[in-house]
Amino acid sequence: MVKKKEYINGLPDPTPLKEEILARYPRKVAKKRDKSMVINDPDADQEIQANIRTIPGIITQRGCTYAGCKGVVLGPTRDIINLVHGPIGCSFYAWLTRRNQTRPAEGEDNFMTYAFSTDMQDENIVFGGEAKLKEAIREAYEMFAPKAIGIFSTCPVGLIGDDVHSVARDMKAELGINIFGFSCEGYRGVSQSAGHHIANNQVFKNVVGNNDRPRKGKFQVNLLGEYNIGGDTFEIERLFEEAGIELLSTFSGNSTIESMEYSHTADLNMVMCHRSINYIAEMMEEKYGIPWIKVNFIGAESTAKSLKKIADYFGDAELTAKVDAICEREMAKVNAVKEAVKPKVEGKLAMMFVGGSRAHHYQDLFGELGIRVVSAGYEFAHRDDYEGRKVIPNIKIDADTRNIEDLVVSKDEAHFRDDLVAKKDSLEKSGYKFKDYEGMMPEMKKNSLVIDDVNHWETEKLIEFYKPDVFCAGIKEKYVVQKYGVPLKQLHSYDYGGPYAAFEGAINFYKEMQRMLDTKIWKLVDTPWKHEPEIVGSMTIEA
Amino acid sequence: MRKIAIYGKGGIGKSTTTQNTVAGLVEAGKNVKVVGCDPKADSTRLLLGGLAQKTVLDTLRSEGEDVELDDIVKEGYGGVRCVESGGPEPGVGCAGRGIITSINLLEQLGAWDEKYKIDYTFYDVLGDVVCGGFAMPIREGKAQEIYIVVSGEMMAMYAANNICKGVKKYAEAGGVRLGGLICNSRNVDNEREMIVELARQLGTKMIHFVPRDNMVQRAEINRKTVIEYDPTHPQADEYRALAKAIDENDTFVIPTPLEIETLEQLLIDFGIAN
Repeated sequence: MVKKKEYINGLPDPTPLKEEILARYPRKVAKKRDKSMVINDPDADQEIQANIRTIPGIITQRGCTYAGCKGVVLGPTRDIINLVHGPIGCSFYAWLTRRNQTRPAEGEDNFMTYAFSTDMQDENIVFGGEAKLKEAIREAYEMFAPKAIGIFSTCPVGLIGDDVHSVARDMKAELGINIFGFSCEGYRGVSQSAGHHIANNQVFKNVVGNNDRPRKGKFQVNLLGEYNIGGDTFEIERLFEEAGIELLSTFSGNSTIESMEYSHTADLNMVMCHRSINYIAEMMEEKYGIPWIKVNFIGAESTAKSLKKIADYFGDAELTAKVDAICEREMAKVNAVKEAVKPKVEGKLAMMFVGGSRAHHYQDLFGELGIRVVSAGYEFAHRDDYEGRKVIPNIKIDADTRNIEDLVVSKDEAHFRDDLVAKKDSLEKSGYKFKDYEGMMPEMKKNSLVIDDVNHWETEKLIEFYKPDVFCAGIKEKYVVQKYGVPLKQLHSYDYGGPYAAFEGAINFYKEMQRMLDTKIWKLVDTPWKHEPEIVGSMTIEA
Repeated sequence: MRKIAIYGKGGIGKSTTTQNTVAGLVEAGKNVKVVGCDPKADSTRLLLGGLAQKTVLDTLRSEGEDVELDDIVKEGYGGVRCVESGGPEPGVGCAGRGIITSINLLEQLGAWDEKYKIDYTFYDVLGDVVCGGFAMPIREGKAQEIYIVVSGEMMAMYAANNICKGVKKYAEAGGVRLGGLICNSRNVDNEREMIVELARQLGTKMIHFVPRDNMVQRAEINRKTVIEYDPTHPQADEYRALAKAIDENDTFVIPTPLEIETLEQLLIDFGIAN
């Protein structure tokens, strides 16, 4: 274990920890895991191994492709019926577990509170489930008359070869509403990341561009990769509204399929979670000429920076003045809380293993409080999320990635925005950065330990070595970590809290950290077996 | 009770051989049950006189939970108890899962109850062991003896060897053993000698050589086994002999599957490849 005071002159060298972790693995496993654990040096170009299969036997944090497609990307959209084709468990356990919030207008459709499933039985596996799927679609349509229905394939659907796409085509013709399927069987790809890509493809193919709604605002934007967990999107929406920025659609927090249909009329796409949504951003640029920028609304300073970046893009004096005024006013509120909280938590240690962007974004919030991030990593990110987009041409495309369709997109002459392309060119000349994701590693401290697809063994060793004050991950890790006397904050669902985005969100997060860290409660927790053995035995020797 | 599963390449004559052999056993006074494990549901046609039987899976689908054994078991030639597992249309669903479901249901319904005094159960399984479902009859507690129907044709021997790999896997985990090869002759040169040698190399024996005879087809057109259709025909005696060989068989082994090169060498040695 490292003593806290040693952190004053930078983070300790975790080489002994890494060696200890690897020493326990069989030789081949150690060789593989070695490449996914990098002792960070922000000044050097370091390569990390990511987005490869988890080694069987290792307890991973990862989820499945279906979870990424249905749960993450389409789950927060309220006016589409997300129908799961499969056994009931897959459906039930993907039902609002991420605490995505939504705010329908009076009389507007909201199907998020329902779980729709074909509830496949043995019989449907043996004889095929297409007939039951059609029945389910008809039933859903009769009851709710939705604008759109999405069909999500679970593992058995892929195994028995039900053709969800042909069912979707037939039912679309029969009912006259938008119906499309996702081949997002859980076992495809190495993690939920494959599901994000599949979701992006189908939404782009079947939804984006369906409605050429006339312009409503002077500055029209989309927000991509923000999922409104605990109300995050609401916070961001409020800022845009005040600044006079017309948010057409969010992919997909507090969103509607209807809004996605006219999202191609935007002037700018802003990408929050780079991992889950960069595909749509790229495809929209190719097809419609809409440029995209990376933004981050987690952390007050990052929020201000992102808002200013949007204002700079539009180059409108009125907008810039509004944004500046908002930032100034909000930062004053934020700073007041920060000054109160920071002295109580400064110098504490955090580690976070979550998502494909969150492990990065939340470092900004911790940084604002002076909390040191000693170790971090993603569950399902790719190398570009760690090292920056500059490595994309060098990423080896393996068979697991090839297994996921890569859409070929061509220019839509009728809708292509030459004006935006010209704007992008001129802004770039003045140093404005588009598609500028630098990744997590360059922003992390020297000697911080970056780990991709961390597992339970590694988690335990990390806790022993660093004795962190807070650990950020998900529900699967929560109780194991807390049994070590370390509080865990879920960054998938925010436990019961949030929002943590934008200025108000930052204030909430500061207060949450004070609640969790400025307490002795965790030091008072002790294991009962520490003082007396759990099982008492005796031996009888018979003569 | 002896539980026997018949495997072999598609179209090799598993169902025909099984039913004709069963007729031989029945004639010898045995009480036999036949479970067809093929979605086409044609494993009991000769025993039932072409009677279209409602399959286990169809019954399960229409009746739901409420299935009686009498709904799915039909008595055929000489009191043979016939069951067809059934399955989906070609190209949909999962036939393998269907067999698992169907055999589980039969067990739950007590199809092998003491009161039926069954001496033999035959599982007639579709083609190659393509997935876990088709291996169901050789898993623990199901069939204990396997016979593979083979001919002197390359692909039939190749399939037999593949099936041996499956048998070996389950033999090591459970109790299933290979009882022997049944050669259903296709009039290939040196066929008998070659199959005897293949059997030897697999660690088993050729239990019977069934010569090719049009009488089998004639009986089939009349929806009968040869023994029922023309009991005095020499081909009927062949099946009687096969039935006797199975009844008296006491050599049950874990097979030693061949490398593909060895298998090809066998064909060269016996002059087929020339």
